Amino acid sequence: MPGKLKVKIVAGRHLPVMDRASDLTDAFVEVKFGNTTFKTDVYHKSLNPQWNSEWFKFEVDDEDLQDEPLQITVLDHDTYSANDAIGKVYIDIDPLLYSEAATVISGWFPIYDTIHGIRGEINVVVKVDLFNDLNRFRQSSCGVKFFCTTSIPKCYRAVIIHGFVEELVVNEDPEYQWIDRIRTPRASNEARQRLISLMSGELQRKIGLKVLEMRGNAVVGYLQCFDLEGESGLVVRAIGTACTLDKLSSTAAFLPACNSPSKEMKEIPFNEDPNPNTHSSGPSTPLKNQTYSFSPSKSYSRQSSSSDTDLSLTPKTGMGSGSAGKEGGPFKALLRQQTQSALEQREFPFFTLTAFPPGFLVHVGGVVSARSVKLLDRIHNPDEPETRDAWWAEIRQEIKSHAKALGCHAVVGYSESTSICEEVCILSASGTAAVLNPRFLQDGTVEGCLEQRQEENLPPGCGFCHIPYDELNMPFPAHLTYCYSCRKQKVPDVLFTTIDLPTDATVVGKGCLIQARLCRLKKKAQAEANATAISNLLPFMEYEVHTQLMNKLKLKGMNALFGLRIQITVGENMLMGLASATGVYLTALPTPGGIQIAGKTPNDGSYEQHISHMQKKINDTIAKNKELYEINPPEIPEEIIGSPIPEPRQRSRLLRSQSESSDEVIELDLSHGKKDAFVLEIDDTDAMEDVHSLLTDVPPPSGFYSCNTEIMPGINNWTSEIQMFTSVRVSRLSNINLTNQTLNKNFNDLCENLLKSLYFKLRSMIPCCLCHVNFTVSLPEDELIQITVTAVAITFDKHQAVQTTKTHVEKSLQRASADNEELLQFPLELCTDSLASHPFSPAKEHLESASSNSGIPAAQRAVSVEKASPLTEGHFRQRSAPACANSTVGVVKMTPLSFIPGAKITKYLGIINMFFIRETTSLREEGGVSGFLHAFIAEVFAMVRAHVAALGGNAVVSYIMKQCVFMENPNKNQAQCLINVSGDAVIFVRESELEIISAQQPIASCQPACSGGEIAT
Amino acid sequence: MTNELDIFVGNTTLIDEDVYRLWLDGYSVSDAVGLRVRSGILEQTGATAGVLQSDTMDHYRTFHMLERLLHTPPKLLHQLVFQIPPSRQALLIERYYAFDEAFVREVLGKKLSKGTKKDLDDISTKTGVTLKSCRRQFDNFKRVFKVVEEMRGSLAGNIQQHFLLSDRLARDYAAVVFFANNRFETGKKKLQYLTFGDLAFCAELMIQNWTPGAVDSQVDDMDVDLDKEFLQDLKELKVLVADKDLLDLHKSLVCTALRGKLSVFPEMEANFKFIEPCRSDRWPLNDVRLFLNQYSASVHSLDGFRHQALWDRYMVTLRSCLLRMYHD
Repeated sequence: MPGKLKVKIVAGRHLPVMDRASDLTDAFVEVKFGNTTFKTDVYHKSLNPQWNSEWFKFEVDDEDLQDEPLQITVLDHDTYSANDAIGKVYIDIDPLLYSEAATVISGWFPIYDTIHGIRGEINVVVKVDLFNDLNRFRQSSCGVKFFCTTSIPKCYRAVIIHGFVEELVVNEDPEYQWIDRIRTPRASNEARQRLISLMSGELQRKIGLKVLEMRGNAVVGYLQCFDLEGESGLVVRAIGTACTLDKLSSTAAFLPACNSPSKEMKEIPFNEDPNPNTHSSGPSTPLKNQTYSFSPSKSYSRQSSSSDTDLSLTPKTGMGSGSAGKEGGPFKALLRQQTQSALEQREFPFFTLTAFPPGFLVHVGGVVSARSVKLLDRIHNPDEPETRDAWWAEIRQEIKSHAKALGCHAVVGYSESTSICEEVCILSASGTAAVLNPRFLQDGTVEGCLEQRQEENLPPGCGFCHIPYDELNMPFPAHLTYCYSCRKQKVPDVLFTTIDLPTDATVVGKGCLIQARLCRLKKKAQAEANATAISNLLPFMEYEVHTQLMNKLKLKGMNALFGLRIQITVGENMLMGLASATGVYLTALPTPGGIQIAGKTPNDGSYEQHISHMQKKINDTIAKNKELYEINPPEIPEEIIGSPIPEPRQRSRLLRSQSESSDEVIELDLSHGKKDAFVLEIDDTDAMEDVHSLLTDVPPPSGFYSCNTEIMPGINNWTSEIQMFTSVRVSRLSNINLTNQTLNKNFNDLCENLLKSLYFKLRSMIPCCLCHVNFTVSLPEDELIQITVTAVAITFDKHQAVQTTKTHVEKSLQRASADNEELLQFPLELCTDSLASHPFSPAKEHLESASSNSGIPAAQRAVSVEKASPLTEGHFRQRSAPACANSTVGVVKMTPLSFIPGAKITKYLGIINMFFIRETTSLREEGGVSGFLHAFIAEVFAMVRAHVAALGGNAVVSYIMKQCVFMENPNKNQAQCLINVSGDAVIFVRESELEIISAQQPIASCQPACSGGEIAT
Repeated sequence: MTNELDIFVGNTTLIDEDVYRLWLDGYSVSDAVGLRVRSGILEQTGATAGVLQSDTMDHYRTFHMLERLLHTPPKLLHQLVFQIPPSRQALLIERYYAFDEAFVREVLGKKLSKGTKKDLDDISTKTGVTLKSCRRQFDNFKRVFKVVEEMRGSLAGNIQQHFLLSDRLARDYAAVVFFANNRFETGKKKLQYLTFGDLAFCAELMIQNWTPGAVDSQVDDMDVDLDKEFLQDLKELKVLVADKDLLDLHKSLVCTALRGKLSVFPEMEANFKFIEPCRSDRWPLNDVRLFLNQYSASVHSLDGFRHQALWDRYMVTLRSCLLRMYHD
C-alpha cells in the first residue's frame, strides 16, 4: 500500500439553479478514485453550499496514483427521480507524487459539464501521503519529473542528458463503440475525457519507467499528442528527452560545486572517461526487454534496434581533417568519437530540446525530416500498438540515416506529428541534424563538464554554424565559404534549423517570422489510390514550401532560419502546407545575394519591361527589409575571407524523404539541379503569381515584430507586460472553380489577414513582439480551412532597443538575460551570486507558503483568504472605493515561452496536461460557432488557471494548445470541439520583488495568485 | 471566401474602451464599425475594414458574454472565466451602470414596471438614446431597485455593496430608487427645467431627513420610504396656515408677503407653489434665501406653536431643496 490519497470537499459557489420551483439547488458531491466512491451530505437549498466534508481517504497503489485522475462530480439531489449531474472536475494528482513539486492541491475549480460548460465552482483540498517503496520491480515511476519546456528548466542544472524516450498507447475510441448509439452525448464525452485522462497517466508512468531505467530523474521537452483515428482507435503518444537534473536553488547541493570551480576547470576535456562503452546511461538490451515486458508496444522498436547495427554511426574516414581547419581537425575527430560512443548505445539519438546548455551543441548540419502515408483501415490488430510503433520506428530510422548522411550523430529539436483524414494518415517527423558534445551524455564525468567548455577556445558564437559533414564528400551540392566570424572553418551560405537560436550566436539586426504557405488540390479517392496520390504530391509540396522559404528569406536579406516547423495537412480534396520559422542574419554566414528574375521570352519588349519592373520591386523590398530589420553587417574585405569555394550552389541542406504504405523511399534533391539559387525563372503565369505572392506579404506595422522562437533575436529589454492568446479562424472556400492558384491566394490571405488582425488587436502593447507564434492548419471538412494561432505578445522598452541595436554584437551574448539564461551560461558564478544577493533558501520557504496570494499586503491577505470562502458575497461592506481592489481571484499568467520576462521562476509545480470536450445542441442560442468556441476556449484557459492556482502557482510556462478539433453541423444546430493543452505550472517572483524580499524577508509579496493560500494559513 | 468562425481569446480579456462605449450606446456591429471608421482609426493603424469588422465583432461577443456577470457585479469579481485586472473590472461595472441624463429624466418617478418598459420606444425617439441602451438603463434601474427595495441599512451603501458602484453613482441610484418607490412625478411640465442633479440632491436630503432611517438605522426599508409618522405629523403644521391668528402673527414676524402656501407634504408641486411666483417676480436667489431663513426661523418665536422639532425637520430639508431648485 504505497500511498494514501486524501480529499476534502469544502464548498461550492455560483451553482446553477437546478430546481425551477425554488430557484435553488440541493447539491452533493461524489468523489471517485479508481473504483472507490465517497459522497458528501446533501446541502439543501443553496447555490453556495458549505459541505465542509470529512477527509475522504483512498488507499491506493502508486501505479494507480499515476494513472487515475481524481474525479469529482457535483450532483443535484432529487428525491423522486434520478439525481441530475451539475458537472465534473478532474484533478491530475501527479504533481503531488514528487517531492519537489506541489505538496497540496487546494482551491476553487470550475465545475465543468461537456454540454453546458462551466457551472459554478467547487473548493477542494487534495493531499497524498506516499510511503517509501523500495520494490525494484515496481510498475510505477513516481518521482520522475515531467517538463513541457524544451530547454533545461530554469531552476535546474542538467547533469546528464540521457536522450530520447517515447511511448504510445492505444484504445478503442468510446465515440465509436456500439454503446455510443444508445448513450447520451454527455455520457459519451465523459467516457472519452476519462479514457484520455487515464491513457495520459499510463503513458506518463511508462515513460517515467524508461527514464528510471536510464537512471534519469526527469523528462524535458515532453510532448504528448492524441491521434483520433476514428474507427481504428484512439492513440495517445508521447516523446521527450530523459535527463538527470539537479536543483539549482537548493544551497546544499550547490555549495561544494561553488567552492571548487577552479579545480574542475582544470580537468582535461576529453579523456575524463577511460572506458566510455561501459556507461550505463543507456540500458543494455536484455534489461530493456525485461522491464518493458508489460508494454507490448515496445516489441517493434526493439526489433528494429537489432537491425540498427548497419546504420550505426561510423565516422567517415578523413572527415575531421578534411572539413576542419588546422586546429579544428583533431579536435573534431576526437569529439566525434566521444559523441559517438555516447550516442551509439542509443537506438535513436534524438533530443526534443530546442535550447541547450552552453557547449552542448557543437555543429548543426541542417533540417532532417521524414514523412510517411499510412492507411488506418489496414491495421491488422487495431487495439494493439505494434503497428503504430512500427510506423514510427520506421520514420525515426529514416531521420537517423538522414542525420548520418549529414555527418551528424544526433538530431535535436526533434518533433513528431500526424495529420489524419478519414482512413489516411500522414506521419511526420523532423529535427535538426547535429553534432553534440559528449560530456553531457555520459555518467561519471558530470561535475565540471560545464566549466570545461570554457577552455575549448572555440570562436564565440559561430561554432554551431560550421559544417559537420565532409566537404569533399558532401551529401548534396553545397556552397561553402570560410566562416565570417572565425574565418577558419567552413560554413554554408544558408542554415535551416528546427531549434531556437543558440544564446551565444551572434546576429545582426532583428529577426522576423517567415511563413511559406501552399495548397494543392487532389482528387477525392479511396484507400490505396488516395494514399498514392498523396505520396506523389508530397515531394512537390516540400519542394515548393522550401523554395518559398528560401525566397522569402532572401527577400528579408537574412541567411538562417530557426524554429522551422513544416506542417502538411491532409483533407478530402486538398493538401495544405504551412511552414513557419524565424529568419535571422547570422554574422558567421555570408551575406545573402539578392533575387534575380529571368524571363523566358526575351524578345517581347513589354514583357522585358514588366520583368525589370518586378526586379526593381524586389530590390526595393530587400532594401526596405534590411532597413526595417536593421541588417547592416560590417563590411569584410573579400581577401580576408578568401574567395568562395567553387561548388555548385544549392538552396539548403534540407534532407527529407517520403514513403507511403508500400515503404518505398524516395529521396528528393532539393538543390534544384545546377541552377543558380538566386535566379527565379518566370516562364509562365504560375511563376509570375509566385513572385507576386512573395511581394504580398506585408511587414508588421511599425512597432511590431514577430517570431516563432522563444526570444526575438535583437530584442533583449522585455517589460513584464505579456498577453498570451489563441485565435481561431475557419474559412469556407467557395467551391466554384477551385484552382491551385485561387486556393493558394485564399490561404495566403487567410494567414495574412489573421496576422493583421492580431497586430490591430494588440496595438495598445506597442512596442511589442509576438513570440512563439504557432500556426496550425486543419481541414475539418471539404471546403473548410481552420487556422489556430497561439502566441504571446510581449511589450519591450523602446529606448533601450534603440541603444542595443547599435551594439548588437556585444549585446547578443546577453540577449537572453531577461530569462536568467545566465543560469546556464555561468551556472557556478550565478550560484554564488544569488547566494550573496538574496539569501535564497530561507526566503524561498516563505515565498512558497505565501505564494498563493496576490500582491496584496499581508494585512489584506487575511481578508482575501476569508473571502475565498463561500461567504464571499457578504464581505463587501464598507468599501470606501468600488475599485474591486480586493478581488479574490489571483492572476495566473500563461505563456508559450519557457520564461516570464522580468521574473524568476522559483519552483516547478508539475505538468499540466488537460483534455476537454465541449458539445452543444443549441449552437444558435450560444452565439453560433464563434460564440461557442470563444466561450469554450475562455473556459479552457480558466480551468488551466484554476489548476495552476490550486497547485499554489501563478503561471504556466511552455503552454501549448496541442489540439483544437472543431466540428460543426449548423443544420442540426450542433457543434463539438476537443481541446488538448499542456504546460508547466510554476511559481515566479518578479525580479524587483526578489530584491525587496532579500531586503526585508517577512513581506513576501510575490505576484502570485489565488486560493491555494488558505492552506498556508 | 468567408470566415465562418473568427475568434480571439486572450489570457487577459482585452477590453477596448471605445468599443465598449459603442456597445453600451446600443449600436449594432455594423453601425459601430461605421463610427470607428469615421473616427479615423484605419488611417492611424493602417488596418483594413475587414480587420475592424472582425475586431468589433469579437469585442461585442466578449461584452455579450460579460453582460450576464455585470448583472451581479460581485460575480464578475469572483468568476474564473475572464481574467480581468481589477481596475478594468471597475471600469466595466461603472460604465455599464452609468445612465444618460435625458433618459433618467424621462423615467424618474415612474413605476419601474412592464408598462413603462413598453414606453421605452417613445422615450428612445424623444431622447435620441437608442432603444437598446434605453432597455439596458431601464433594466439596470429595475434590477437595482429589486435588490435593495426590501433591504436594511443605508440605501446608497446597499447599492454600492451589491453593485460595486462608485460613491457618486451609488448615490444617483439611491435617488432613482427613492423616486421610483415614492412615485414622485418629475415629468410634469413645470418641473422640466430641473436637472437630474437637482432632483438627486433633493432625494438625498429627503432620504437623510424624512425617512424612517433618519430616526432609527435598524428599520426595514429605512431609506426607501418616507417616514409615515412624520407625514402624519406634518398635518400638525397646517395650523400655521389654518389658524388665522397664528398665520397673521407669523406673517408679521416674517415681515414679508407669504406667497407660498404650505400644503400637506409630500407633493413636490407644493414646493412650486412657492417657487413659481418668486420666479415670475424674478426674485434674486439671495432674497429667496433670506426669506426662507426668516420664514423658518421666525416660527420659533410663535408662542402658540408646539411643533418646533417637527418644523425644523420639515423646513431644513425643504429650504435646501427649494434653494437648489430655484434656478432657470
